[in-house]
Amino acid sequence: MTTASRLPDPYGSGGGANLADILERVLDKGIVIAGDIRINLLDIELLTIKLRLIVASVDKAKEMGIDWWESDPSLSSGARRDELARENAELRERLARLEQLEPGRAREEEAP
Amino acid sequence: MTGLRYVYAVCRPFDAPLQVQLTGVGGAPVKMLAHHGLVAVVSPVPEGDFAEAPLREHLEDLDWLGATARAHQQVVDALTAVTTPLPLRLATVFRDDSGVRVMIESGEEAFRRTLDRLDGRVEWGVKVYVEGGEEQPEAAALAAKPASGRDYLRQRRNRAQEREDKWRAAERFATRLHGTLAAHAEESRLHAPQNSPLTRGSGHNVLNAAYLVPRAHSEEFVELVDHTKDEEPGMRVELTGPWAAYSFVDPEGTGAGDAGGREDTSGEVV
Repeated sequence: MTTASRLPDPYGSGGGANLADILERVLDKGIVIAGDIRINLLDIELLTIKLRLIVASVDKAKEMGIDWWESDPSLSSGARRDELARENAELRERLARLEQLEPGRAREEEAP
Repeated sequence: MTGLRYVYAVCRPFDAPLQVQLTGVGGAPVKMLAHHGLVAVVSPVPEGDFAEAPLREHLEDLDWLGATARAHQQVVDALTAVTTPLPLRLATVFRDDSGVRVMIESGEEAFRRTLDRLDGRVEWGVKVYVEGGEEQPEAAALAAKPASGRDYLRQRRNRAQEREDKWRAAERFATRLHGTLAAHAEESRLHAPQNSPLTRGSGHNVLNAAYLVPRAHSEEFVELVDHTKDEEPGMRVELTGPWAAYSFVDPEGTGAGDAGGREDTSGEVV
């Protein structure tokens, strides 16, 4: 923990970082702990959605066909479903291959 | 210390000196509350601002929110220079010190696990912007006046084609860059692109990613990003950091950082 001096100079973090970068992290990321002062999560969600309207124009990007982050499993539930479907198909295929191999292996074992 | 307790982060005890007189939200002095071998970094905040009703009201005020977010980030930043903090989400508030201790106790195991996973690592943010990605009506108006209806349609088609080519090139560049950077990072997260008056500079954000990189490898990572900067004309690469590992407090695959706007509570430790 004494390697701080080896870090390059900060790039935009701290005072100079743009507000969207900071809000994105302190509101959306970080550890969520229910404190004594309970902020209704619904309220936070509303706020987050409102901020998203200001911060991220996801729809605009989609309009222009830039939606590749949607196929990232860590980002969208739709992509997670696709991932599962793909994995299922892959497993079925492997099973079929194994079943084909099985008779062959059985014969080999009988041979000696 | 009177008032409520605002908790910025949880970390392991550290010897390195912090910035002298570190101040937190509202300019209050920050203190370390050690308990069970962990440290909660806290400062007092007034009930008048942080009790439920006023806090809810404040959170809707972008100026207040901005100032609080910056104060929160400044404390986490100062910690990141000397240790590996687990940053808490904005406005995690307790009645008193004993409330903070109870929080540490009930989250102890998860804190230690996460601290072990993130120890010595920092987060770098990389964004790619397509310069001049916006519609430019002046440019269209400047184009030669079409001689006929057919010319007009051809010009329109060409412009649409150019735009499409540009976005396709942007997508290719962003995908390739992300692949390269992810290969040099321990973990990566793709965030929804940003675009707003809050964003400095021009252009349309097409990649907004975070990379978890060991401190010791940060210099190489920064150089790697620097090398890509002039690689593709019309693309701007922006690097921010080193941040505390905000985007990585939840293990991969828990759905944190969802672009769908859903509140994900899988990372809750309490």
